[in-house]
Amino acid sequence: MTPLGYLSSDGRSASIILPLTWFTIIVSIAVCIIIAVLLWIAIARAAGRGGAAETRATALSNDRSGDRWITIGLTLSFLPLLATLVWTMAALAGVLSPANRARIEIDVTGHRWWWEARYRGATGADGFVTANEIHIPVGVPVAIRLYGGDVIHSFWVPKLAGKTDAIPGQQNLTWLRADRPGRYRGQCSEFCGAQHAKMGFEIVAEPRGAFDRWRAGQRVTAPPPATEAQMQGLALLNTRCGECHTVRGTVAAGRRAPDLTHLMSRRTIAGALLPNTIGSLAGWVQDPQAVKPGSLMPAQKLTGPELGAVTAYLETLK
Amino acid sequence: MAEAMIATPGPLPVGPIGRAGLGWWGVAMLVVSEAALFGYLLFAYFYTGATSAPGWLLEPAPKMLPALPGTALLLASSGTAWWGEKGIEASRRGQVLAGFGITFLMGAVFAGLQLYEWSAKHFSFATSSYGSLYFVTTGIHMAHVVGGLIILAALFGWAAADYFSPRRRIAISAGVLYWHFVDAVWLFVFTTYYVTPYLGFGR
Amino acid sequence: MRPAAQRTPRIGEDSEALRARLRALWETTPGWRGWLTTVDHKQIGLRYIVTAFILLAIGGVESLAIRLQLAGPDLHLLTPEQYNQFFSTHGMTMIFLYASPILSGFSNYLWPLLLGSRDMAFPRLNAFSYWVYLAAALFLYAGFLIGAGPNDGWFNYVPYAEKPFNPGLNQDFYALGMVLLGISTTVGAANFIVTAAKMRAPGMSLDKLPIMIWGTLTASVANLLVVPAVSLAFFLLWLDRQFGGGFFRPELGGQPLLWQHLFWLFGHPWVYAIVLPAMGMASQGLPVFCRRELVGYAPIALSTVATMVIGFGVWVHHMFATGLPGLSLGFFSGASIIITLPSAIAVFAWLATIWNGRPVVTTAFRFFAAMILLFVIGGVSGFMTASVPVDWQLTDTYFVVAHLHYVLIGINLFPVIGATYFWFPKMTGRLMSERLGRWNFWTMFLGFNLGFLPMHLTGLLGMPRRVYTYPDGMGWDLLNLVTSIGSFLFAIGVVLFFVNVARSWRSGAPAGANPWDAATLEWSLPSPPPPYNFAVIPTIASRHPLWEDRLDGNSPRSALHRGMTLDTAREALAVTTLDAQPERIVEMPEDSWAPLALATGLALLFTGLLLKSWPAAAGGGLVSLAALVFWLWPRRQLLEREAPAHG
Repeated sequence: MTPLGYLSSDGRSASIILPLTWFTIIVSIAVCIIIAVLLWIAIARAAGRGGAAETRATALSNDRSGDRWITIGLTLSFLPLLATLVWTMAALAGVLSPANRARIEIDVTGHRWWWEARYRGATGADGFVTANEIHIPVGVPVAIRLYGGDVIHSFWVPKLAGKTDAIPGQQNLTWLRADRPGRYRGQCSEFCGAQHAKMGFEIVAEPRGAFDRWRAGQRVTAPPPATEAQMQGLALLNTRCGECHTVRGTVAAGRRAPDLTHLMSRRTIAGALLPNTIGSLAGWVQDPQAVKPGSLMPAQKLTGPELGAVTAYLETLK
Repeated sequence: MAEAMIATPGPLPVGPIGRAGLGWWGVAMLVVSEAALFGYLLFAYFYTGATSAPGWLLEPAPKMLPALPGTALLLASSGTAWWGEKGIEASRRGQVLAGFGITFLMGAVFAGLQLYEWSAKHFSFATSSYGSLYFVTTGIHMAHVVGGLIILAALFGWAAADYFSPRRRIAISAGVLYWHFVDAVWLFVFTTYYVTPYLGFGR
Repeated sequence: MRPAAQRTPRIGEDSEALRARLRALWETTPGWRGWLTTVDHKQIGLRYIVTAFILLAIGGVESLAIRLQLAGPDLHLLTPEQYNQFFSTHGMTMIFLYASPILSGFSNYLWPLLLGSRDMAFPRLNAFSYWVYLAAALFLYAGFLIGAGPNDGWFNYVPYAEKPFNPGLNQDFYALGMVLLGISTTVGAANFIVTAAKMRAPGMSLDKLPIMIWGTLTASVANLLVVPAVSLAFFLLWLDRQFGGGFFRPELGGQPLLWQHLFWLFGHPWVYAIVLPAMGMASQGLPVFCRRELVGYAPIALSTVATMVIGFGVWVHHMFATGLPGLSLGFFSGASIIITLPSAIAVFAWLATIWNGRPVVTTAFRFFAAMILLFVIGGVSGFMTASVPVDWQLTDTYFVVAHLHYVLIGINLFPVIGATYFWFPKMTGRLMSERLGRWNFWTMFLGFNLGFLPMHLTGLLGMPRRVYTYPDGMGWDLLNLVTSIGSFLFAIGVVLFFVNVARSWRSGAPAGANPWDAATLEWSLPSPPPPYNFAVIPTIASRHPLWEDRLDGNSPRSALHRGMTLDTAREALAVTTLDAQPERIVEMPEDSWAPLALATGLALLFTGLLLKSWPAAAGGGLVSLAALVFWLWPRRQLLEREAPAHG
């Protein structure tokens, strides 16, 4: 299980890169072996180990030959370099082009230490915002427009594509096309501060029908609370969490933290760090600093009943 | 047994003679490094301007006053410095003192004009990246001018105390080389900030 | 009586009387005063070496803390903030405070000896460059010691380095410290360039320069041109932070990528500057242990220059993921692939030298030979990252960490240790222990490869760089444990090296002038050499003056025992640049307080800037100005002014 490994690929962009990667690995290993063998043989023919006395005792060689090594070596090196150069240009062209032909576009903004994903709709009302779990339809190129929200981050889903930075002040374009349904792990790949290590995300590739259903579901605003506990939880959320978080359909409209409207539809929380179960959710809400020290979310220090109310409400955000 | 060849030169100069000496080369190396510094400063301007949205240029039509007369003054001061150096080559101390004295004054006036221009700008260092680049580039240049003025003052003092002769005057040659650099590099700074906007860059 | 403007230098034999006269002229003042004011390149070189090795050890301890924290998933040895300072300070220490100064140290010590000169072109500047290096190292570590060390990696990207995200003093220490260090590097570069051009023995034309001169010379030209880029970048960062500038801040129209361009315009030539001189040292020493001339002197010299020239044109390969246009990516990828060719020339030449020679496997030889293999491993991983699409997966993973450690440890540390075993006898008069050297070598070699070879796989399995911990279940656990174990074994090897140095310095076997029967000029002098280096200025007829009798048939010989004596005053010879004809007699400066005074003034100035104490800064500025005026005041003794004409 190597979720972030890229010696296998499940997406078009990564598949263009992968054979070239293997080619360069093989060339590299071959070169190392050849040089190691030559070095070994050259030394094995040696007089043996020694020190200053043995060095002085070994007569000088008048040999002036050896230049042929350089010409032969260079000539042999040239071929794999040329092949790599040509293949590189072809792969580069292949990876760059589809970004313009995608018909689904997602705006992804890197924040410290979570990922905001904004899906555009046909009209303003059709769009929605989610975080850390990005769904895409299988087999279709999806354009990702990358923005840096605060510092430089880098968007990387190894099984699907190479990295592209999210830089404040500019917009970078990349694309994903998953070949198969599945969950693909992503990771921030540009050092961005204390919790760079735990700024993960997931790409969920699903068949078109499932994707459309998911998208429709994400557009819906949060249902009103039904039980007493849920009402209390909502009240707490509005005061404690609304400064930073948004829950569409409530007064919580903060933009500094993930949109929670459909929190329970996500499989993980805290930047793909924890599974989205009641236990870890409660622990995260109560004290994010315990698992992600330096995170910008302060510890809430709720009482037992308060925590129960909040989680009761959060559970309705499906 | 083959013969050992021994270098047996005839009379060799002892110490720096005129402009020729290690110290001049040392200053030349410094000049190369500082020239590179200004190269990177101007690179920063062109890179930022080329990647910025329209409106970045806070002064699309930079005023030529007092920058243009200041530039002329600075370039002319290279001439007077050259003339001062010619003075020591001919053992004319008066020419050395006059040359460096006038050069110093011209440099000081340039600095004064620059200070005035800075105070009259409608933007500051912290206004935007353009403002920051303008002030840091002209500021670093100004620091080099001030350094040059100190050098000119020192050369003036040493020449007045009769330290130098046509033979022994490497400090003068090295100092004048530095002053020429300060003037030449200003041409590049001036062209970048005051001329290229008229040619369309950054609009 | 004014000193003569011209003089025919006296030709004489090397003799006891001459040596005594020269010793009196050149000896450093004894005691602490001499220690603080010396301008002897050998003493300065040794200081650089000792200081750099101490910083290597400190950087090594930092790396062990890192490897303990990463030995398993989710460990809590270091907090994220501590870890980020540790990895950043480790990088800064190794790349800026060890890798370049150690090479400056060896070059400083050896160049005049290799070139047949009495000293470097600018002895006071030489002393100054060391004092500023020391001041910068102390300045940078002061931050780390108070918990305000660099915390954004050694290349320090913005906007994270800007004040809103990094409000403490960390970045201010780093920025100002680097500007201060840049002064040392720049003046050192100027010194090497002028020395190589002018301060050589007659007859040492460019094609007879010892091969290691080419490495440091190339690095020095590069440094002169690119250090201003990084100094400027750090200065602009400091201005952004302290005065609200907009150079790198998008909200003011600034460009985060401007930082990356300025940094890497410097950074890429820099990484060649910290390996080419070490490669030169290996090229200098390896042939001695193969009992023959180096294969391919001219190709190696030319490829050294070519590598650096191409190296100016590849900096964007550190920025492949930043969203640059395809055309630009293609160009830089192509250049980065091509640059392997000149590097390859050295590898083939070294192999040929061993193959066609009669190798004697001493400790120095082992380190030089190992360098060849480690160079190739580091080189091919670099070749892989040169391909843009492949780099989009490899960059910012542990694959790059593996690459950079193979090239830095393989082409800097290993040859440096080989160079130490090779030249220690010259510097101290004693041989290092070959027995301990074998243990030293094998623990280092096995430990390093155990630690860093698996790291390539760790990177291919997706572990990102600069993470203070990692979850289990990613496939990285065992690899990280192996790397940590290897790192500790490697560290033990480095400790063995230091133990060998310490013990041998005290009680190693006496070495004599030429324990290795080597070919170049430094081996014609006593070990350690006298303060004046050469009693008579040698005349050079080949690249291997001490081997001519055995290799050169009837060609003219170099003259080592009879030549210009230059013993009227503290004097050295300057020659023409291309073919080394005698050109001038240069009066050399004596011990001076000016370098230390100027370095102290600058340290005070920068401390004032750091603390935003304008009185301290102004004080430092004034001390610096006074020291500079004192230094440059025209002196009769140096013939910078006329003595007054007496009646």
